[in-house]
Amino acid sequence: MEKKINYTISVYTENNVGLLHRLSAIFLKRHINIESFTTSECEIKDVFRFIIVVIMSKEDVENIAKQIEKQVEVIKVYFHTDHETIFQETALYKMKSSSLFEEKHIQNIIKESNARIVTVNPDFFVIEKTGFRDDTDKLYENLEEYGLLQFTRSGRIAVSKEKMGISEILNTFKNQK
Amino acid sequence: MKNKKISGAEAVVHSLLNEDVDLIWGYPGGAIMPVYDELYEFQDKLKHILARHEQGAIHAAQGYARSSGRVGVAIATSGPGATNLVTGIADAQIDSTPIVCITGQVSSHLLGSDAFQETDIIGISMPVTKWNYQITKASEIPEVFAKAFYIAKSGRPGPVLIDITKDAQFELFDYKYSKCKGIRSYNPLPTISNSSIDNAVELINNAKNPFIVWGQGVILGNAEKEFKDFVEKSGIPAAWTILGLSALPTSHELNVGMVGMHGNYGPNILTNKCDLLIAIGMRFDDRVTGDPKSYASQAKIIHLDIDPAEINKNIKVDVPVIGDCKESLKLITNKIQKKSYDKWISRFDDLMKIEFEKVINSDLNPKKDGITMGESIIAINEFTNGDAIIVTDVGQHQMVACRYANFIKSKSNITSGGLGTMGFALPAAMGAKMGALNREVVAVIGDGGYQMTIQELGTIFQQQIPVKIVVLNNDFLGMVRQWQQLFFDKRYASTEMVNPDFVAIAKGYYLDSERVKDRKNLKPAVERMIKSKKPFVLEICVEKENNVFPMIPSGASVSDVRLN
Repeated sequence: MEKKINYTISVYTENNVGLLHRLSAIFLKRHINIESFTTSECEIKDVFRFIIVVIMSKEDVENIAKQIEKQVEVIKVYFHTDHETIFQETALYKMKSSSLFEEKHIQNIIKESNARIVTVNPDFFVIEKTGFRDDTDKLYENLEEYGLLQFTRSGRIAVSKEKMGISEILNTFKNQK
Repeated sequence: MKNKKISGAEAVVHSLLNEDVDLIWGYPGGAIMPVYDELYEFQDKLKHILARHEQGAIHAAQGYARSSGRVGVAIATSGPGATNLVTGIADAQIDSTPIVCITGQVSSHLLGSDAFQETDIIGISMPVTKWNYQITKASEIPEVFAKAFYIAKSGRPGPVLIDITKDAQFELFDYKYSKCKGIRSYNPLPTISNSSIDNAVELINNAKNPFIVWGQGVILGNAEKEFKDFVEKSGIPAAWTILGLSALPTSHELNVGMVGMHGNYGPNILTNKCDLLIAIGMRFDDRVTGDPKSYASQAKIIHLDIDPAEINKNIKVDVPVIGDCKESLKLITNKIQKKSYDKWISRFDDLMKIEFEKVINSDLNPKKDGITMGESIIAINEFTNGDAIIVTDVGQHQMVACRYANFIKSKSNITSGGLGTMGFALPAAMGAKMGALNREVVAVIGDGGYQMTIQELGTIFQQQIPVKIVVLNNDFLGMVRQWQQLFFDKRYASTEMVNPDFVAIAKGYYLDSERVKDRKNLKPAVERMIKSKKPFVLEICVEKENNVFPMIPSGASVSDVRLN
């Protein structure tokens, strides 16, 4: 069997109610677990971009990319390995404010991990860390013993090293018209 | 009409007329009443046929689409009306049938409030539609309908659903319609690459024992002529998938029969002996390939398909030719050498002789008293001269009908292939008849599937749709029983049917009907049915426990096809 690895699937779409459901149904139908799912605008006006992270074989990701691209409102689909993308995730860690002053280690941990304090108030403070999964995991491990009130991590956001020619595709269509 | 405001409901009717629709199938209800009110107004231009169940309406629209090559339209109300369409939508999706479904929806201010007859049909139908859309403002109607028809029929066809809230049906607006010419995120006709044609031509010219398997893509692409030209110039034996049937006449000398689970012996065995497999407009369904690992693994494979997602989905291929096969076949035919493969083809003939002795002879010339399904189909051939549209349901009778029915024209085999929807045939047959009024339409249905949509006899009666309905009654869910016999120790769990008097039921709907139990009465009864100008139900009581062979056991290799 072919090795399963991380793939970042980038899906450029029209902005349409329900497209999220249509895309997630493609994975559901095949019983594929989605590791991360993010959506936002992209560099082109009125075009949206979904970034979906899955662990799959190359053969399977090729097939699922074609199934996604087949959807009427999907403009183009790309998929990349971790080596072919620049990607980041952001995590937030909420802790009791008292520990910031009582446990001086915490300040060192924050400093060493290049994390950032987003807000401090009398009751709690919030640390933000952007990086790879390993980085946010490591910070989690280091902070855990001091008591985390809340922890959350975003899905992956990524840009590819190769060019993704969405504008060209859209221009070709305009010219054909 | 210009600049006069019209209602959303009226705009729905105008949009249908603008798409040249003259017949729709449906069932009214609360949330779609404004549209029905307009249908009443426009009944001279747009005929609506009232089905007896929404499933009947959509299967009729499918049958209509398949026999006419046009887009079928089904309309239903919200809630249960909409959910009753879902089986037909899924069927149309997997069999690539162009359908537009229109459903009513509760008013937009009630969406999400669990209002009476509210259901999330957009969410429910999303995985089984090519595209769907919920209209909440009347002004969206023209553009959405134009897109819907364009999407349903272009590229690889499929079902589209439009859900319209009741307030949008009442709302007044300025109506203006223009047909959809393209959608920037959707490329229905991929450009054929020259190198793919050249690579295909090279493989074809160098093959020793090439073999063609074609599917419905040939019919959907209107490429019957191009396909025939290709087959004849290349001289390559060609076999069909169940949905490809009728694209090339049954009697064509290079037509070697059906592939797949109940396909012919030769094409299945020789799939694993050929050195080149040319797959045209087919999708390597598991019922065709058996075990995919051993499927044609010795051969190079060329795959012609309009849908890039089909390439390498189930079977890895050597040369994909992505694009409209009407074009790609022409390009390939121009470049290949004219050839013949007498020795290779004689191997198909030899295996056909074996199949005839072991299977076909006893199917068609039985020694036992009971009528077989096979001889029933042969009787239909005799009186229709192979010129009828044959609509089948799902199960043993379907396989037998496809194996033995004769076809001379394309678009003549209508069946539920991918989804295997029991209950498909009766409503699909009435749709097929309305889509091809000058042709004889014969529905062949088992006693199980017949009772799943038997209520459509009411539609056939009310509209006097002259379809011929043959019920092959073995008092069993025959295909499941066959599997129970072969793979479950003859434990016939819930497959025996105690059936009603089918003739009495037909007569209850004031339809002509007969029952045949003896061989001597079979042909005369079939003759009377075919000669009748009216709808006719013929129940043929067939041998109860006959099996369909050849058969590839589930998961086995195509070359392990069994004859008994």
